[in-house]
Amino acid sequence: MSDFRQRIEQAIPALRRYARALTRDTETADDIVQDTLVRALRSEHLFHDGDVRAWLYTILTNLNRNRLRSLSRRPTLTPIKDNDAALTGPDTGSRDIARALDDLAEDQRAALLLVVLEGLTYREVAEVQGVPIGTVMSRLARARMQIKAYLDGERPALRRVK
Amino acid sequence: MTEQMISEDELHAYVDGELPADRRGAVEAWLASHAEDAARVAAWRKQAELIQARYGGVATEEVPARLDFGRMACRRRNRWIAAAAAAVLAAFVAGGLTGWTARGGETPTGSDLARFTADALEAYRLYVVEVRHPVEVPGDERPHLVQWLSKRVGSPLRAPELERLGLKLVGGRLLPGPTGATAFFMYEGPSGERFTLYCGQTSDQQTALRYTAGSQNAAYYWVDQNVAYVLSGPAERDKLRDIAQAAYDQIDSRSSQRGG
Repeated sequence: MSDFRQRIEQAIPALRRYARALTRDTETADDIVQDTLVRALRSEHLFHDGDVRAWLYTILTNLNRNRLRSLSRRPTLTPIKDNDAALTGPDTGSRDIARALDDLAEDQRAALLLVVLEGLTYREVAEVQGVPIGTVMSRLARARMQIKAYLDGERPALRRVK
Repeated sequence: MTEQMISEDELHAYVDGELPADRRGAVEAWLASHAEDAARVAAWRKQAELIQARYGGVATEEVPARLDFGRMACRRRNRWIAAAAAAVLAAFVAGGLTGWTARGGETPTGSDLARFTADALEAYRLYVVEVRHPVEVPGDERPHLVQWLSKRVGSPLRAPELERLGLKLVGGRLLPGPTGATAFFMYEGPSGERFTLYCGQTSDQQTALRYTAGSQNAAYYWVDQNVAYVLSGPAERDKLRDIAQAAYDQIDSRSSQRGG
């Protein structure tokens, strides 16, 4: 297997992690990873130099954006449920974070996940999203502000219901 | 004691390990005396921990069989060989049928610009999200693809070479259009961005490039030798224009050779 293909193969676990957090759905996430790999194979000869991993994140991010666009054209929206069986126990914090991510705008969610989950630098995220670093930072700031508001607001309400 | 102002951007950079080393001290001093900012920083760190706790484990799961990359690469080669064989057959059958189906007698009235552009953008939106079956004939069978679509459309066509602009021909398909059979070529850039070229017969006069933009997609329309062309893509005017211009030049130079 070529070096290029080896580097793609090594990135698959991380791509699955990113896709899972991006879609909050196991099947959808693996569909997108599969499509990303198909595209990477097809474009192999177009890839000359650079970071294979960042390139794969770019493809995946674009594919997910296309997917959401086509969903939004449908007359009824199917809510994406967090159907992952591997919930980390009774700690509601981890479920809350999934719901908090649900509420974010797509570009904000992608920026935040690329930074905190995938460990990309701001510069790399700017390249993946095709925007200036300043835009990445404002997406990050808005995402964090919104999640904080969600977590601060929701927790007491949930306790009262119990 | 003079204190340096710390921006919100710097607080984010501090949390994400992007702050230059010589600013760390200033940020830490600021946080020690500004409880509200310190609470925000703590909250952002907590968010990152929650996200990592919730999704970090996915990377250590066993990768499912359908994402076995080695097998995928192998399957893909076999599928393309099968697709190429099918394309040869399709070109052969289409060649035989052309006499039957050629020209249903439609005579386009008025300008085809609006109809062609609307149909081309509709086709673009329909197929741009298609990942596994975006085309009927793959781009590595370019001669067969072009021969087949030229026969069906009834005019010699060409799939422009756009590799210089980083675009690879994914392939093509036959579609119904405003004036009958229409050819649809799809191109793809290194990050998966797609552009399509839609071509069908028209009675419109020769035109230069004309731009039409929707909210997310845009198109350039032109006519050359009684064939209308619509190049569609994401609504980034400059990029689209470069691609349309390259396609236009190639189709135009060929036409003048042929016509001359």
